[in-house]
Amino acid sequence: MGGIEERLRDPWHAAQAGDGGAYASCLHELAGMLRGYYRRRLTRWPDDVEDLVQETLIAVHNQRHTYDARQPLTAWVHAIAKYKFVDLVRRRAGREALNDPIDDDTALFARSDHDAADAKRDLVKLLATLPDRHRRPIECVKIQGLSVAETAKLTGMSESAVKVGIHRGLKALSELIRRQP
Amino acid sequence: MRTDELIRALATGLGPLEPRAVPQRYATALAVGSLGALAIVVAYLGVNNDLVALSAKPMFWVRLVFAASVAATAFVALARLARPGVPLGHASAAMAVPMLAMWALAAVVLALAEPMMRSMLVLGSTWKTCPLNITLASLPVLIAVLWAIRGLAPTRPIMTGATAGRLAGGIGAVFYTLHCPELEAPFLGVWYVLGMAIPSVIGALVAPRLLRW
Repeated sequence: MGGIEERLRDPWHAAQAGDGGAYASCLHELAGMLRGYYRRRLTRWPDDVEDLVQETLIAVHNQRHTYDARQPLTAWVHAIAKYKFVDLVRRRAGREALNDPIDDDTALFARSDHDAADAKRDLVKLLATLPDRHRRPIECVKIQGLSVAETAKLTGMSESAVKVGIHRGLKALSELIRRQP
Repeated sequence: MRTDELIRALATGLGPLEPRAVPQRYATALAVGSLGALAIVVAYLGVNNDLVALSAKPMFWVRLVFAASVAATAFVALARLARPGVPLGHASAAMAVPMLAMWALAAVVLALAEPMMRSMLVLGSTWKTCPLNITLASLPVLIAVLWAIRGLAPTRPIMTGATAGRLAGGIGAVFYTLHCPELEAPFLGVWYVLGMAIPSVIGALVAPRLLRW
């Protein structure tokens, strides 16, 4: 556990300062851990693992301002992962009887799993249902890799509207995911 | 979309985080909520005509410190609850301290009082209105604080909502002291505590719906 904490600390702090490369490598590492964690816990719904990994990565991204530099990153990610797991179980509990215990005895950082299955849910399709003011900034900046300034010029939005659109759009995306069965 | 594509998308166009964003959000919420509470006390309940005379008595300040310390200890706990993976630690025990101190003081006052006087010390003259007035004054703070927390990531929504309500109740009670004529510890230990408990219950009831993320 100490090893992962040590390994992620510097890139994570660089990511908080805006270093996209460091951020991508942190997310990649976290994705492996989350996949291992959810695979061990979602034994009833193995097909949902990759969807939940993606949902949790979006949550980590949307909530990264709630990370306190004084706390262990692993504790922060673990709390988010557990919250998203319980949320999924609650969503499912309405339709299916609950047999798996949800007490949290599985360690998030016990074993990583970088063998990604395919996600069932297509985020691109979900993204398409967002209103233009959210969808276009996300498509231009996040997917096509344009700068905020270029996106502003292309869409006729102001630069701050582009930034706000990305931020609110990713939150709306996460909301859409939660509302899905 | 594959997970590595999602990661690439999230990392593309990443900007630096604004480190002051969270404190600023709390500051805005507390300022707006406090102004709302002050407005309710001044414009609707009215400032006590004897405020100057009341403020000459030590219990006026004990009462103010009591309400403020309920708010302060609740804020410390709330700031921890709003971030994933931060343990409450001593913050939950600290929230009990103002209550226990006021109850200890109330017990001493009641023990020393003439038996005939005891019910008056508890009921005062405004016990019927006090808890609801504190609740009323706390509502703007509760709304503002829940707004602030919605921008964060509480993983224990019921406890977070209850603590937000406690903070709102404490601040509501601070402003309510401008109106309230009661200075006896037994009164404060029952009716102020009840007035701060009501917003706490409201917070706990609305939070699971409002604070999901």
